[in-house]
Amino acid sequence: MNINLDIAKTYIFSNKKLTAVAAMGVVLGMSIYIFMNCMMVGFDKSSSASMFKSIPHIRVYNDDVISAPLIKDSGKQFVIINPKVVPRTNTITNPKLVAATILKQNNISIVTPQVNASVFYNNGKSQIAGIANGVLPDEANQMYNIKSFMADGDFDLLKTNINGIVIGSGIATKMNATIGDNLNLTSSKGINKTFKVVGISKTNNSKVDNISSYINLAVAQQLLKESASYVTDMNVNVTDPEDAEKIAKQLSTLTGYKAEGWKQANESLMAAFKMRKIVITFVSFTILIVAGFGIYNILNMTVSQKINDIAILKAMGFKGKDVIKIFVTQAISIGILGVIGGVIMATGLITILKNIYIGGDIGYFPIDYEPTKYLLGIVIGMVITFFAGYMPAKKASKVDPVSIFRK
Amino acid sequence: MKTILKTENINKFFHDPVEFQVLKNISFEVQQGEFLSMVGKSGSGKSTLLYILSTMDTDFKGQLFIDQENVTGYDQDKLARIRNEKIGFVFQFHYLLAEFTCLKNVMIPALKLGKYSEKEIEERAYEKLKILGLADQALKLASKLSGGQQQRVAIARALINDPLLIMGDEPTGNLDSKNSNIVFDTFQELTRNYHQTIIAVTHDEDFAKRSDRIIEMKDGEIIV
Repeated sequence: MNINLDIAKTYIFSNKKLTAVAAMGVVLGMSIYIFMNCMMVGFDKSSSASMFKSIPHIRVYNDDVISAPLIKDSGKQFVIINPKVVPRTNTITNPKLVAATILKQNNISIVTPQVNASVFYNNGKSQIAGIANGVLPDEANQMYNIKSFMADGDFDLLKTNINGIVIGSGIATKMNATIGDNLNLTSSKGINKTFKVVGISKTNNSKVDNISSYINLAVAQQLLKESASYVTDMNVNVTDPEDAEKIAKQLSTLTGYKAEGWKQANESLMAAFKMRKIVITFVSFTILIVAGFGIYNILNMTVSQKINDIAILKAMGFKGKDVIKIFVTQAISIGILGVIGGVIMATGLITILKNIYIGGDIGYFPIDYEPTKYLLGIVIGMVITFFAGYMPAKKASKVDPVSIFRK
Repeated sequence: MKTILKTENINKFFHDPVEFQVLKNISFEVQQGEFLSMVGKSGSGKSTLLYILSTMDTDFKGQLFIDQENVTGYDQDKLARIRNEKIGFVFQFHYLLAEFTCLKNVMIPALKLGKYSEKEIEERAYEKLKILGLADQALKLASKLSGGQQQRVAIARALINDPLLIMGDEPTGNLDSKNSNIVFDTFQELTRNYHQTIIAVTHDEDFAKRSDRIIEMKDGEIIV
């Protein structure tokens, strides 16, 4: 065995207590770092999962535009205009072709048309304003996974019963409606239609549960006094939601309609996500750095204690590099011990938390073993350990043996 | 006889707190197999000179030759290699690594040099300890030995690479007369039988008188 390693090993094992304390610091720092970052990923996943119960990754729709002047303003000609939003039909022309075009793109998982009708839910004297989402039941289920949050009834009945309706749990409570009851809807166009409640959904998001319901696309078109080609929204899901903005841009140029990604549509929520990310990253990183200081301190102490050893080693022909190797080896050994311990402890913490039932729409605590975060933690942990060890080692390598011997 | 060590006009200054010349034009030669004592009052510059000769102190003016090689101006790594190979050190304090066994302490410079396999080094280290009468203590931790024994382990360590030169800074300074005699006899044997060269700074008059040659220093100059 190399003599430098041998000396480092002896120092580590002859002072087990110090080694253990330093390694413990790394264990705590590492485990908290990995744990917090996995938790953040879990939170993000859970938040977006609950969001995607009611919104698609990308929404393609016909946006209103502001009128533009026919001729341009120039030095010779002054154009005075009063720009206005031009009222136009908000339907997507030839929705089937648009859907087919979008589907041909890469990374697209589902495309489905949707018609949103503003309605009143009537039950005797009580009336609630809401939105009836006209959907194709199978495609909508693929997109939002509606069956996973059905509280009662069967979403599939929507396919067989053209006048069926799946209502949010909030509406069901207020309307005192249960499965099999009739529910009267009045649309903004004044159409009155009675539906049969076939299911009750519960997303636990009161904004959704209290106002929205699912009906067949064709019926929604009837409610709005429109033809079968009337489609207001084309909803698109992509394979990786993180790519939604990029793909939305492509779809926008491709179709000529406005395509909006979910992040753009929920900017304030995204800002909250970002803030959470910054805070967690900052806190967890600080904890790792503190662990680094632990190693730094203990190695500094070791260097002071072993100053005589360092002097004699240098006198006997050990180079500055050798001394650095001895102490950096010590630091890295402590780091490796700490990293192994940290990974085990983080895995333990995550396992415990994973099995805690929170309730609500979250269910079990949203945390999982994230390999990338583990890897990141290990790499950062080792880098910090290295530098925490390198600084005292550098100091040790500069010890002037003569000044020690002449004391 | 070969010249093992030579100095030419070595001058050294201390700058702190005031400029002060510690060594003035030191020029002398040491032959192989010589047992040399350096004596002088405190502050005469003998220890300072020894550390310059040891190559650990490089802040001086003049030329230093070790084994007919001019080592003046070599970088630290090169000097470390020269010390490892050609110079053994014995100090007033033993400077053993407390967490290692005596045997390991003796082996360390040889392991660093890497000339022999670990097994051979171990055998050689045993031999050196035997010469110094410590074979039975070999596997004890260095910190568990008595002061005299520790100093002898330190000498065994200085000998492990068969250095041309052995430098001592008050090697018997902390020892009783019995142990001092052991150390002296060992040094003498080394010069007589193995033609190794010893340069020792000492305050011990008996020690100095019994050695082959005495250099006496006063105010930074060699007077005898």
